[in-house]
Amino acid sequence: MKILLIEDDREAAQYLAKGLRESGHTVDLAADGDEGYDLAATGNYDVLIVDRMLPRRDGLSIITQLRAEHVSTPALILSALGEVDDRVKGLRAGGDDYLAKPYAFSELAARVEALGRRRGPSDAGTVLRVGDLELDRLAHRVQRAGVNIPVQPREFRLLEYLMRNAGQVVTRTMLLEHVWDYHFDPQTNVIDVHISRLRAKIDKGFDRPLLHTVRGAGYVIRDGED
Amino acid sequence: MLEALKLLRSTAFRLSLVYLAVFAAFAGLLIAYLSWNTWVIFTQQLDSTIEAEVQGLAEQYRLGGVLRLVQVIDRRTRNPSSSLYLVQDPQGNRIAGNVASVPAATWEAEGLVRIRYTPFEESSGKTYEAVVRVFDLIGGFRLLVGRDVEERRHLQEIVWRATLLAVVLMIVLGVGGGYYVSRRILARIDAVAETSRTIMAGDLSQRVPLSGSGDEFDRLAESLNAMLDRIERLMHGLKEVSDNIAHDLKTPLTRLRGRVEAALRADPSEQGYREALEQTIEESDRLIAIFNALLMIARAEAGAAGVSFAPVDVAAVARDVVELYEPAAEEAGIGLVITGSEPVRVLGNRELIGQAIANLVDNALKHGSAGRAGIATDPDGSGGGCGAVRVSVTIADGKARIAVADSGPGIPEADRSRVVERFARLEASRSAPGAGLGLALVAAVARLHSGELAFSDGNPGLVATLALPLAPAGEAASGQGSPPVRG
Repeated sequence: MKILLIEDDREAAQYLAKGLRESGHTVDLAADGDEGYDLAATGNYDVLIVDRMLPRRDGLSIITQLRAEHVSTPALILSALGEVDDRVKGLRAGGDDYLAKPYAFSELAARVEALGRRRGPSDAGTVLRVGDLELDRLAHRVQRAGVNIPVQPREFRLLEYLMRNAGQVVTRTMLLEHVWDYHFDPQTNVIDVHISRLRAKIDKGFDRPLLHTVRGAGYVIRDGED
Repeated sequence: MLEALKLLRSTAFRLSLVYLAVFAAFAGLLIAYLSWNTWVIFTQQLDSTIEAEVQGLAEQYRLGGVLRLVQVIDRRTRNPSSSLYLVQDPQGNRIAGNVASVPAATWEAEGLVRIRYTPFEESSGKTYEAVVRVFDLIGGFRLLVGRDVEERRHLQEIVWRATLLAVVLMIVLGVGGGYYVSRRILARIDAVAETSRTIMAGDLSQRVPLSGSGDEFDRLAESLNAMLDRIERLMHGLKEVSDNIAHDLKTPLTRLRGRVEAALRADPSEQGYREALEQTIEESDRLIAIFNALLMIARAEAGAAGVSFAPVDVAAVARDVVELYEPAAEEAGIGLVITGSEPVRVLGNRELIGQAIANLVDNALKHGSAGRAGIATDPDGSGGGCGAVRVSVTIADGKARIAVADSGPGIPEADRSRVVERFARLEASRSAPGAGLGLALVAAVARLHSGELAFSDGNPGLVATLALPLAPAGEAASGQGSPPVRG
């Protein structure tokens, strides 16, 4: 993907760009708000990563203006202000996702991937498939190799979110945000327990596991190892 | 002098001056209008009276000539309240009337004129004011008819003097009243300014004095004092936080530094560096978590600023939290149940209330499960507890009560007030994970929502109760149905 990173902190920008390039993306850097806006306005990017507090021009105003000019490139806002109300403000300004500093690179990478995919045909119909696992969003039914798997409503939403992001790492925070709608961090690793229950249902008794744990990052659902 | 200058610059005094000027101008206009109007009416009346008399006299003259006219005028002048009359022959000699002389120019004037005349009987030559009109009779005779207005002039003078006195009095009273009112207001405002200067100088304990009358200034002072109370509390909280940070965050930071140094000192093996880096990341994640918790507490304590409130069904939030923790509790072998399914609505922040309940449940699972203090619940489930955690949401005394009861060792009575302090950890639980911020956050959330956090004995175990005021009737609860944000 072609990513524009608007971040004034040189060191943070360098290591972020390095990490993203290692993950196979093309990264352009802008060190201040004006430059960032000029580059973003070309519409040549798949994803924008925008720091909120920038010299010359703040990140939110860049996004607001881009949206006003119908540039709909997905934008991830990076900010030291991480409270719920700050997020709401950022998202209302036209941001698509919000990540509070300090963040883990894996978290950022996962969110950028998720944003990048949003551009493509977003709704893959009513049936999601990963390998021989099938999730019917209309019938609320999960099947693997043609066998019905009974799941709880919350497990269904968890699996649906994972499958919509199939092949991509999904972090615990993303799951908390999208499945539980919580923007805080529960102290114990409650998400892991939910995942292990789900895993027991969909992977137990099948020779190929689909739900994998990515150490230090999160989870991914995909067909086969790599 | 300075005092007078200050007074002159005060808004209240300027306002009273403006008010006075407007009032005076209005009064002046009113008086002028009234006196002009009466003059007009008086003149019209006079004119028609004189006209009627002239008509009558002209009739007499036509019937009987000058002789008859003189007779009639003589008869009329005998009446004490009679009009003024003067008849002149063509040579300008006076032939009859009760007027001795009038200014010569009078005879040439047209219409009503105001003149000064000498009465016939008056010997001193004193003149009086009159309004007269001159008519030419056939044969060169001239007739003057008029009315004495001396009395009226006198009255007018009295009225004028009274008006002048009233105006002077009004200005004196107005300026004096304005001075008095503005002095009073200035004194109260000065008191507020004086207090704020003292506060800016660093003494936050100062308060604006109240007069006790309950007037606008008292209400203003009350609001200011309430604001000052709040600021003082915030400042106090800030100081406390920085003390705690200095005290409790230095330990993990020192550990972090020590670990990195040790790794650098050791033999350079990739495996060793990797481990040290991993530990460093873990440690910094813990630090970040502590900072986040501290920030959240500080924000909750800073009050409603920046925290949006909406109707929340706490029963639904509690069910959500229990649902989130259920698998973890099950793995740990602890029963986690919730009672109460009726909606219980409070006005609050769903995220903060959710986090508060989650912290209580987390705490109960960690410390109150296996009957042993301070033993963390093993996430792998090998800890093997036998306890139970019960969450209930009820309404009592007009408050929503979210109670989380465990079957652990509880908290000794003496420690109960201490556990909600930041970084407070009971000796027995020093080894358990967590920084001791969980309950501090719950307490901060409770305070933010004007509620409270209380602990009681569960016999056995501990019951932590979060009591929040109910939402005012009529507010529809959003519950968990409409998430505020979709990331």
